[in-house]
Amino acid sequence: MGTSDRNPRDPAQPARRWINLLLGSGVVASIVSFLYPAIDYMLPPPVAESTSRSVSAAKVGELKNNNGKIFKFGSRPALLVRTVEGEYRAFSAVCTHLNCTVQYREDLHEIWCACHNGLYDLEGRNVSGPPPRPLEMYEVHVQGEDIVVSRKA
Amino acid sequence: MISVEMARRAVSTSWPKATALRPRAWHVWRRTGGPTGGGPQGLHRRTMRKPIPSLLVLVCAVASAWAAVPPKDSCVDCHAALEGKQSEPAKLFAGDVHHQAGLRCADCHGGDPNDASMRAMSPAKGFRGAPKKTQVPEFCARCHSNIAYMHNFNPKMRADQLSQYLTSVHGKRLKQGDTKVAACVDCHGVHDILAASDTRAPVFSTNVAATCARCHADSAYMKGYKIPTDQVARYQKSVHAQMLTQGDTSAPTCTTCHGNHGATPPGVSSVANVCGTCHVFFAQLFDKSPHQAAFAKLGLPGCVECHSNHEVVRPTDEWVGVGPKSVCVTCHAPGDEGYANAQAIAGDLAKLNTFRARAEEILNTAERSGMEISSPKLELASANEALIKARVNVHTFRDGEVRKLTNQGVEIAKKAYEAGVAALRERDYRRKGLGVALITIVLAISGLYLKIRQIESRGKA
Amino acid sequence: MADLYRRILSWLDERFGTGAVEEFLRHKTVPLHRHTLWYYFGGMTLFLFVIQVLTGILLLLYYRPTPNDAFESVQYIMAQVRFGWLIRSVHSWSANLMIFTAFVHMFSVYFFKAYRKPRELTWISGMLLFFILLGFGFSGYLLPWNTLAFFATKVGTEMAGSIPGLGKWLLIFLRGGEEVTGATLTRFFGFHVAVLPGLATLLLAMHLLLVQRLGMSVPPGVERAIAEGREPARAMPFFPNFLLRDIIGWYAALGALGALAAIFPWELATKADPFAPAPAGIRPEWYFLFMFQTLKYLPAKVVFLEGELAGLLAFGAAATVWVAVPFLDRHVGFGRTTRFFTGLGVFALGYIVALSALALR
Repeated sequence: MGTSDRNPRDPAQPARRWINLLLGSGVVASIVSFLYPAIDYMLPPPVAESTSRSVSAAKVGELKNNNGKIFKFGSRPALLVRTVEGEYRAFSAVCTHLNCTVQYREDLHEIWCACHNGLYDLEGRNVSGPPPRPLEMYEVHVQGEDIVVSRKA
Repeated sequence: MISVEMARRAVSTSWPKATALRPRAWHVWRRTGGPTGGGPQGLHRRTMRKPIPSLLVLVCAVASAWAAVPPKDSCVDCHAALEGKQSEPAKLFAGDVHHQAGLRCADCHGGDPNDASMRAMSPAKGFRGAPKKTQVPEFCARCHSNIAYMHNFNPKMRADQLSQYLTSVHGKRLKQGDTKVAACVDCHGVHDILAASDTRAPVFSTNVAATCARCHADSAYMKGYKIPTDQVARYQKSVHAQMLTQGDTSAPTCTTCHGNHGATPPGVSSVANVCGTCHVFFAQLFDKSPHQAAFAKLGLPGCVECHSNHEVVRPTDEWVGVGPKSVCVTCHAPGDEGYANAQAIAGDLAKLNTFRARAEEILNTAERSGMEISSPKLELASANEALIKARVNVHTFRDGEVRKLTNQGVEIAKKAYEAGVAALRERDYRRKGLGVALITIVLAISGLYLKIRQIESRGKA
Repeated sequence: MADLYRRILSWLDERFGTGAVEEFLRHKTVPLHRHTLWYYFGGMTLFLFVIQVLTGILLLLYYRPTPNDAFESVQYIMAQVRFGWLIRSVHSWSANLMIFTAFVHMFSVYFFKAYRKPRELTWISGMLLFFILLGFGFSGYLLPWNTLAFFATKVGTEMAGSIPGLGKWLLIFLRGGEEVTGATLTRFFGFHVAVLPGLATLLLAMHLLLVQRLGMSVPPGVERAIAEGREPARAMPFFPNFLLRDIIGWYAALGALGALAAIFPWELATKADPFAPAPAGIRPEWYFLFMFQTLKYLPAKVVFLEGELAGLLAFGAAATVWVAVPFLDRHVGFGRTTRFFTGLGVFALGYIVALSALALR
């Protein structure tokens, strides 16, 4: 840009270094304050991926026949049931009455809510007690070692 | 459509002895089917005296019966043309469930529907007329207690209504001559009876309360009986009535707890069983609680004592404890163990509610500041579950049982609160970070500005 | 420092021949007059576009464009990813700011008649860029797959369908089917991260090339004053004077974006449920509000045309006139024609502001 920077009539001359310092440090500091979040963002967080529509509920062989297991599906509880015949079923574990968490009853072969004695059959249908609607049913597939539960398409 | 043949077969052996007819007439072919009287002797005689016209009539009758054309019914023909009350039955009967099953006036009232003269209503023709109030139950029971006959129409139908009725207060009083009580026709209607599953029927679940109210809410009518007349009014305020109007036909109405034909209010010791048919846990817990024995000793009904029998409203947490809305202080006074227990239980519930409210408030604040708190909010919802279970456990009337549940809920609420605190801390951290970034930006901008000035003053100079 | 800089430049020059470019840029000037302030808005729009590209690329590291995952992935970015809230909110706020500065840039160019010869193509490429920006806004809005976005997209694409002839085809093309579904989301994502950026890059290259080649236009009034000797012709070197000022503006924009992201984070609300009824008060983003409000005021039938169609056709006609203005404004700078077009511009601006205000009430 040209003109000499040694103009004797420029009263701001000694301040030039301070200005450069200010500008330089300001720019560097601001760039750091932008880059730091950007780089931290790119590092994957501890929970590696967003809660998706399918979850590995259990390992093969983990559940015996006539048994149930509560697992986390998305941000809500879900219930994996292995029937007496060995078939896997999965449901939302949120009771349709007042949102308590249901459980599998081995003696009744049905899904039971401890709050007010609501009962659902193994199709999720509300068969007894206060629940007004059936439980949402999920799809279950065995993939290798995992029993994968996913939302119905 | 029941054929004449079927009906005839059905009644041939089990004919009630109430008629004036002799069995000799039974083998005579009857034009009108079914268990009515009819004029079999007269018909028989007339038919045999003039064979050909009578035969013709017979052939036409059979043919018309086979063609399922409704046979000539002189009852309806005459009565429909009459004035006022006399014509009502004929007009109403078309919608009656009995009519739809193929029955005619004569099937219940006797007489001869083929005879267009007044002689149709002679006792000789088996005419029974309108039964007196005290005779009504047996009048209906002629068919309705006959299982074999009823099975022709509806195999699942019960046939014990009369025997049940006779055990009821209504039945007993009727037998003693009290004609003010309800008999079959008072609830079911007379000539426009609808099936109980028909939503228009007075005995359909949503209409039952209004039907009972016709007498039981009429204080002038009920004068002399020593029972209150406010039951239906109180029931209408209840949560059960609400459920019915919202279409939940499983909700209890009068007959659910009192029975329908054998209507008897449950006794003091059995009320809890009645409520417990649906409210299973509460009845079970109550039975194991100290109140069960105490109430039995005092002759107090379970459930009803605190929750009322007809005016069953949604309870609130304020019912528990020693406050102004509490039901506990009806019996308990300061100093006794129950009072202390009530206080403790109320305290537990209040504690859980307080912690829940605090957590919810802080999470809402965090959310309004733009923080993402959907996970902690969901966790807090399970504190609700603890509260629901704690409210059930109130019916153990033991503080320990309630506290173990409320403590669980309090822990969850505390965690949610912590999450809210963390969210707010994060928000403040962000704002501090913003401050730092803004400072660096201000520095940079000042540096730029001064640099520009410096360059341009240099240029000018 | 300066020495190092010069050494790098000469190294590049030996391989790319950048010397000519460097020489050109060194001599680039910006006219200096009382309206110079408006020159900053083009660069500001460009800067915000760059911010969009950078934050968009970062978002791409975590976003998933399927109906089952989209909402959750944005939620994940907001809640779990470190500074995810910052990147996402900056992206959303900057989009709005960019479209605002684009409006300002467009209107300032219009009122200063910078579209006149020889800058017709600059104007046209700029207008196309503007429509692309609106396309970016519309396609990006759907990506979080929340209730508001879902229904806003439904309404918006529905309007496209009412154009006679190609309307039905256009609707199916936009939606990837008859209804707004996951196919729409995938398609919009494709538009948003590939198609539109590609088109924008080409047009931007053309636009910037033309600006460098033709220099900055001077408003007709100032031009006349200079020609008549009433005002001296002043200029400011682009490097470093104008650029440093530009950078001040850009820093200020960054500060504003950071503050907005931290204090008014962009909302996510609830996940879209195609079977739920539309919530009350659905409206598009503010830059579409004036069109949305106009359609509300139109009667069911205008002459023989259906109201909505008439409105769309009117806007289409207006847009065509607007884009073609360099060829229509014959005596640019003086004469009645030009005053007519100035009036048209005032009307357009007033109309947009008034109807947007009405829509917000």
